[in-house]
Amino acid sequence: MSRVPILSLASVEKVYKTGHHALKGVSLEVHQGELFALLGPNGAGKTTLIGIVTGLVKKTSGTVLVSGIDIDRDPARARAHVGLVPQELSTDMFETVWDTLCFSRGLFGKPKNPEKLEEILRDLSLYDKKNAKIMTLSGGMKRRVLIAKALCHEPSLLFLDEPTAGVDVELRRDMWKVVDRLRRGGMTIVLTTHYIEEAEQMADRVGVIHGGQIVLVEETSTLMKKLGQKKLFVELEEPLLALPEALASAGVELAAGGLKLIYTYDAKAEKAPLEPILRALDEAKVTLKDLQTKQSSLEEIFLNLLKGTNQS
Amino acid sequence: MNTGAIIAIYRFEMARWFRTIAQSILTPVLSTSLYFIVFGSAIGSRIEAIDGVPYGAFIVPGLTMLSVLTESVSNASFGIYMPRFSGTIYEVLSAPISSLDMVLGYVGAAATKSFILGLIIMTTARLFVPYSIEHPLWMIVFLLLTCVSFSLLGFSIGLWADGWEKMQIVPALIVTPLAFLGGSFYSIQMLPEPFRTLTLFNPVVYLMSGFRYSFYGQGDLGPTLSLALLAAFGGACLALVLWLLETGYRIRQ
Ligand SMILES: Nc1ncnc2c1ncn2[C@@H]1O[C@H](COP(=O)(O)OP(=O)(O)O)[C@@H](O)[C@H]1O
Ligand SMILES: [Mg+2]
Repeated sequence: MSRVPILSLASVEKVYKTGHHALKGVSLEVHQGELFALLGPNGAGKTTLIGIVTGLVKKTSGTVLVSGIDIDRDPARARAHVGLVPQELSTDMFETVWDTLCFSRGLFGKPKNPEKLEEILRDLSLYDKKNAKIMTLSGGMKRRVLIAKALCHEPSLLFLDEPTAGVDVELRRDMWKVVDRLRRGGMTIVLTTHYIEEAEQMADRVGVIHGGQIVLVEETSTLMKKLGQKKLFVELEEPLLALPEALASAGVELAAGGLKLIYTYDAKAEKAPLEPILRALDEAKVTLKDLQTKQSSLEEIFLNLLKGTNQS
Repeated sequence: MNTGAIIAIYRFEMARWFRTIAQSILTPVLSTSLYFIVFGSAIGSRIEAIDGVPYGAFIVPGLTMLSVLTESVSNASFGIYMPRFSGTIYEVLSAPISSLDMVLGYVGAAATKSFILGLIIMTTARLFVPYSIEHPLWMIVFLLLTCVSFSLLGFSIGLWADGWEKMQIVPALIVTPLAFLGGSFYSIQMLPEPFRTLTLFNPVVYLMSGFRYSFYGQGDLGPTLSLALLAAFGGACLALVLWLLETGYRIRQ
């Protein structure tokens, strides 16, 4: 299956007026119909990246194509494809839900289409609030109004900037459902988050951004497999000439001329994954000098990510 | 040009005004009435006619301009400053809208409001002093051009300001003094030198004079010169606004 990139960034740089280098050579492709999660701690550059694509931030250099349209060459035509739900809850408070949707659609120069707007409101369970003033709505509903506003010009690419940040568990589930329904309707979605579980739950692919750089882009399933990987290093007093059968069949490898055993395992998938290995070592009557486990380098990245998240 | 967007912004801005329509209309009606009671009737009856025009009638164009000027500036500056301040501007900035579309929507609405306001004030004034308008077409042209150019000025203030103080500072320190010293309550012929000459550097003087000409067929300076200067001022404001928008000054990071 050949997939068309609906969004493509090449070597995008952003240096703010303050001198802060927020994006450092970001290159990225998002495919038609996928849900792409941009995962990174606060200050990683997620909002900056979205701002550049949607026209809120001027990039310093690099190229951005939306549906093949260069945003420098034809910004209006490129933006017509894009819907944006910003990180901050900013809406006009005194307007009704219906009026604000009509305004949003109008801004994109689209002719009136009440049926479409009704459909969007129903999908977001907002239909019975259509004549309510926005200030009377709960926080969760306000966020859904923002999504509705972003959808009402019928974009083909939707950006959701931290849709679940600072939201309680129930609302987060609610939001996941909304996003899932959109995705199944064929919408291409790029969402940002600093929750690993959120990316894991929802995304087809995950891009990790850190310090303004894309650290990796991976299918979610592959990433999760890699993430769970750990290595056990066992140093022996005396070299082993051959691996005992029980260890060999478990996938243990011999290294350093028989002085070292290496075992790669999935720390997440099994319960007590080291149990059988340790027992086999004991049965083989080898003398241990040292024991060590290590996370994959990816895991370290994520630990750093989490640290960043907890600090904020 | 994105006509749909221009209409959407224009409607939104007008709706904002209509939500507080009572206040929007009552305030100027009340303050004009007060001016005419105090200056027109009480004090004005003791001031002699200026160039054959009774003082009460003489101040009608000046008072109208004074309100239209300040309202244009404040309406247009708040119209763009508020969405910048609250963050809702993101929607306009991420839509397929050119700088000119934005100006037409926001400034168009602000100018419409102050134009209506001008008409309301002139109507209210008619209740207190009898006056007639000798050149109605000139009057409309002057009023309209003033609304548009000072709304453009206000819009640029709203784009430039990064705090409430700055929103107040230009109107308070520049626009209001210039307007008051622009001959709204007197003819510049009444000023002693060197103030009379100094006054000629105040752009509002030309405006007042031109507007008064359209009422009474006479002014301190010719209407054509007034019109030309006002148009040049409007053009400069438009250029400033477009430049601010195109460079993304304080709205696109
Ligand atoms: N307008 C701005 N001026 C200067 N620095 C900014 C501006 N906006 C964001 N930054 C900085 O750029 C970095 C990336 O910010 P942002 O894109 O908002 O990160 P994220 O959305 O991943 O939390 C941060 O260090 C932030 O402080
Ligand atoms: Mg952010």
